[in-house]
Amino acid sequence: MIAYSLLIEAVQVLILLFAAPLFAGWVKTVKCRMQGRTYAGVFQPYRDIARLFSKEVILAENASWIFRITPYIVFGVTVIIGGIIPLISTDLPFAATADVIALVMLFAIIRFFTALAGMDIGTAFGGMGSSREMTIASLAEPAMLMAIFTVSLAGKSTSLTHMVQVMAQGELLLRPSLAFALLAFIMVHLTETGRVPVDNPSTHLELTMIHEAMILEYSGRHLALMEWASMMKLFIFSALGIAPAEDFPGMLVAIVLLAAKLAVLGVILVLIETGLAKMRLFRLTEYLGSAFLLATLGMLSFFILE
Amino acid sequence: MPVSFAAQINSVMAALILLTAFGLLIQRRILGLLHLFAWQGLFLGISTAIVGYVTGVHHLFVSSILTLTLKVVLLPWILYALIRKLNIRKEIETLVNIPATMLIGIALVIFSYHLTAPITQLSSLVTRSTLAVALATVMLGLLMMVTRHHAVTQIIGFLALENGLFFAATSATYGMPMVVELGVALDLLIAAFIFGIFFFHINTTFDSLDVEQMAKLKEGD
Repeated sequence: MIAYSLLIEAVQVLILLFAAPLFAGWVKTVKCRMQGRTYAGVFQPYRDIARLFSKEVILAENASWIFRITPYIVFGVTVIIGGIIPLISTDLPFAATADVIALVMLFAIIRFFTALAGMDIGTAFGGMGSSREMTIASLAEPAMLMAIFTVSLAGKSTSLTHMVQVMAQGELLLRPSLAFALLAFIMVHLTETGRVPVDNPSTHLELTMIHEAMILEYSGRHLALMEWASMMKLFIFSALGIAPAEDFPGMLVAIVLLAAKLAVLGVILVLIETGLAKMRLFRLTEYLGSAFLLATLGMLSFFILE
Repeated sequence: MPVSFAAQINSVMAALILLTAFGLLIQRRILGLLHLFAWQGLFLGISTAIVGYVTGVHHLFVSSILTLTLKVVLLPWILYALIRKLNIRKEIETLVNIPATMLIGIALVIFSYHLTAPITQLSSLVTRSTLAVALATVMLGLLMMVTRHHAVTQIIGFLALENGLFFAATSATYGMPMVVELGVALDLLIAAFIFGIFFFHINTTFDSLDVEQMAKLKEGD
């Protein structure tokens, strides 16, 4: 049984590693199609990563060890997160190591090191990006935690796998608290993965970029790892919410369901990105404030109405 | 429709009413406010009709229809006509900034939950859990009247407050007696006309609907 769990774990991590660029490519393709541009196909991110790996790394003169180690930390932590959250099964040996709150902390580690690396080189862009990232994070994290607390109240646990099991077995109820939490989570999702109302993933315009500004000085395999990690982050955030698999055919079903879900979510993401304009930086307090408000309302309505 | 399912729909409606109340609190544009107010009336009407259906208290249907006509159609329409006539376009400035207003609003919801918790324990009605939301809606309406200084927004805040009172009546006692509800509905309608007249007067005297201007009425300034 343990061997089987480990197998599932391995399959899940492999899916995360190799499907994440596919998902990113899918989102890009749909976006290009919707905006009437030509597109390079869903496999372009793989080619990008391969190209970056084959290029040499160029380091700035005053880059310290933090700058060099950050891509590996970011990539490693993202893979760990991928091993903890139940993507295709709830039967994961890794899942016991961290509950949802620790998961938020793991995301915070990624952010912390990315921000440090942004400032390490000492360029204006890096510092600006780090400063913006931390400002946004300080607003997004409470909202995310609140949304998570609401769901863990309903799931009676902070362990993701346990929550999923409770949700899957419980009867279908109309629960306003979960609807609020979902809305808040979508808003936080767009923030955390740097999508349009908050950050534009495809821009290199100095005034608007946030995540890109921090990783501007990276090249070669470092950049490849950073890009890959951010694709995985997008994948993880979009896939959060699960199809459990107990046996091997169940696992295949789970994988197909996951693919279907991601395909639909990709289209929704593109619709949001195409329909909205990027928000002014100082309006973000209101946007993330609303996310926090929704999450808190979800929690309150759990106590008041359920 | 089983009672438990109806109670669930009712709590969803309560949650939506609370959400629109917060929406009113943070919306800047005046037309957006009108839409949100109409939505709140719609949710209130549906909730009232469901309670009426489940409990068999049939005059609730009448109040539901009154709510739908008055608060979803008539009052927003009157306000819309006023806004068109007075040519109000600009965004509304709030006294307290919006994130702070949200936090105060959340505190008010917790306060009303705390306040109504003993009442909810005594009550045995299907709708008892929504009482906290009703009280919170009243408080949020009040907060909206305090934090805005535009006459039309203050009126919308007042009307939202009345929505909250109506919801409280439904959830605490299955609605007030028919005569009282008819009286309140009529009062609201008359109030809307009086508001209209006042808007015109304020607008012609100060050339603006900003109630801050009314401080000029003080002597010695």
